Amino acid sequence: MIEAVISTLIGALTAMVPLVLTSVGAVVSERAGVVNIGYEGILLMSAFFGAIFAEITGSPWIGLLGGAFIGMLLGMLHGFITVYLKGDHVIPGIGVNLLALGVVAFGIPAYWGTAGQHQVPTNFRVTPIINTPYGSLSPMVLVTIAIAILTHWVLFRTPLGLRIRAVGENPEAADALGINVERYRFLATVYGATLAGLGGAFMSVDWLGTVTKQLSAGRGFIALANMVFSGWNPLRALLGGFIFGFFDNLSVWVRTNPEVQRIIPWQFVATLPYLVTLIIVAGIIGKVRPPKADGKPYKRE
Amino acid sequence: MRVDIKGFAKPLVESLIAIVIGIVVGGIILAFSGYSPVKAYVALFDGAVGSKYGWAMTLSAATPIILTALTFGIGARTGLFNIGGEGTVYFGAIAAILLTNLWGNILMGLLGGIIAGIAWMAIPAFLKVLRGVNEVVSTIMLNWMAYFIALYIVLQKIPNPEDPNKTIAVPASARFPIIMKGSELSWAFAISVIAALITYYILWHTELGYELRVSGYNERAARYGGINPKKAVIWSFLLGGIMSGLAGATEVMGRPPSYAISQGMANIYGYGFDGIGVSLVGRNHPLGIIFSGIFFGMLKAGATAMQIEAGVPLEMVRMVQGVIVVAVAVPGLLDLLKRVVRR
Repeated sequence: MIEAVISTLIGALTAMVPLVLTSVGAVVSERAGVVNIGYEGILLMSAFFGAIFAEITGSPWIGLLGGAFIGMLLGMLHGFITVYLKGDHVIPGIGVNLLALGVVAFGIPAYWGTAGQHQVPTNFRVTPIINTPYGSLSPMVLVTIAIAILTHWVLFRTPLGLRIRAVGENPEAADALGINVERYRFLATVYGATLAGLGGAFMSVDWLGTVTKQLSAGRGFIALANMVFSGWNPLRALLGGFIFGFFDNLSVWVRTNPEVQRIIPWQFVATLPYLVTLIIVAGIIGKVRPPKADGKPYKRE
Repeated sequence: MRVDIKGFAKPLVESLIAIVIGIVVGGIILAFSGYSPVKAYVALFDGAVGSKYGWAMTLSAATPIILTALTFGIGARTGLFNIGGEGTVYFGAIAAILLTNLWGNILMGLLGGIIAGIAWMAIPAFLKVLRGVNEVVSTIMLNWMAYFIALYIVLQKIPNPEDPNKTIAVPASARFPIIMKGSELSWAFAISVIAALITYYILWHTELGYELRVSGYNERAARYGGINPKKAVIWSFLLGGIMSGLAGATEVMGRPPSYAISQGMANIYGYGFDGIGVSLVGRNHPLGIIFSGIFFGMLKAGATAMQIEAGVPLEMVRMVQGVIVVAVAVPGLLDLLKRVVRR
């Protein structure tokens, strides 16, 4: 019994990482007024490139940083189009998601010469800090919790956070106070995408240890749902990420458990994270309010 | 019917620029990956449009993605980002197989696709209207649920007892006649063109279409003008569902040789996503969608030839599509380019 609890807890904490990192990033980006629905693609591409960086350098940590770097580049692309060119916020995100499907499906056979799937060798994976017979805990779990807390503190307790929120709530007023709206929006977007990139690389070089063209599996969108669930609050995104991570982990576990499969088809359990996301989003909408200028391009008069 | 030529010219040029950017960036990535971009693209376009057979394959590849593009396009015209076409295609295909096996005719299969499309798209529609659920999140979640549910049905409920690689097939009496012998092109292509023309008619020449477009253009103005935006949302989803449902149905009824769903749903997977790109490049306009659908069909049909002749993984075209969509998102692409050129 205790074993099951420990293993479930560890599993949920692990599955939480990409969701929380992406949600926290999305919170900052949207607090500054930039909507990005391209996180799904960022997760996928950074998982792919993260694995490559890890295998080239022999260091999973460089793999993680490399993933974050890819996220950063994609964030800069999104920020450039939405903030500086005043483009639509949704379409470039859709584009990045489609691009990622192509890059990873093309890249796996082109780079590793295998069809559809690449297993990252264990010596290129992050070493766990706690090992139990019921699962092991990655240091990235602690990093994720720290990032969520730190981001919360910056966002709500520092002048920097105040400015970020100001450009998302009332860019005109912020502009009048001499705040460079575009710069803050751009940097917030890049920050969000960088965190998602870190989360994506975590999937390939730490948690799942594999690269497939469906690796992100909707987690970018679950993270967005979690962001809404959190009310654009990093600490609540941490809590929500744990809940979503629990169902995510549960479905991964059931898919590989023959005992359970005899009772219920694995496909049904696999729908759980998505069903839970839908139910939670449908249940809490109406009680939360996005930042006022969220998704609206700001043009100086 | 008056056509505004000038209003068309700029979006047309911008879409063409986006396509060129996609092809160039794709070429750069190819070169970096150690392939010859020239060889790859020559093989691709030669395979797609270099022969009558190539054209037939291009048009058959365009058939489902024109339909899924209409799903996104109708949504976009109503101010919705409906990316649920993907999941709807699966159920359209499954319903068409089931109904044609009960009654062996084309109409029954199409009806199956339509009903499945309406039923599945009703979920995000009502979630949006009743609970205010953002359709981007809901349709993606539904796509994934559809994937697993459809996989279950395909594997457990309608497997082919004689061939483990596919499901039971659409009976011969419910298959679309082939237009060109030996190719995959059937009269199902006509269904997608007709669907696009009907969509055009509905959107620009009926009261309902007017209401949909006004809601998309400015919700507050729509409300002021006595238009119920909720009604527009529901109609937009249901019309969109019909299109994607038809995409699934025509795919199993009109694409030789299998007339079934193949293993891992490989032959019905990805059309919903392709449709998004097709619609955006076609500027979410049904007539534009016909042409951009044929262009994307070209990429898909030529990809196989490219893989065989240049050894480039055919997924490369998906990458090009992604770059094109990102480029489409750049506002005033033409003006931007002019400014750069003038410098």
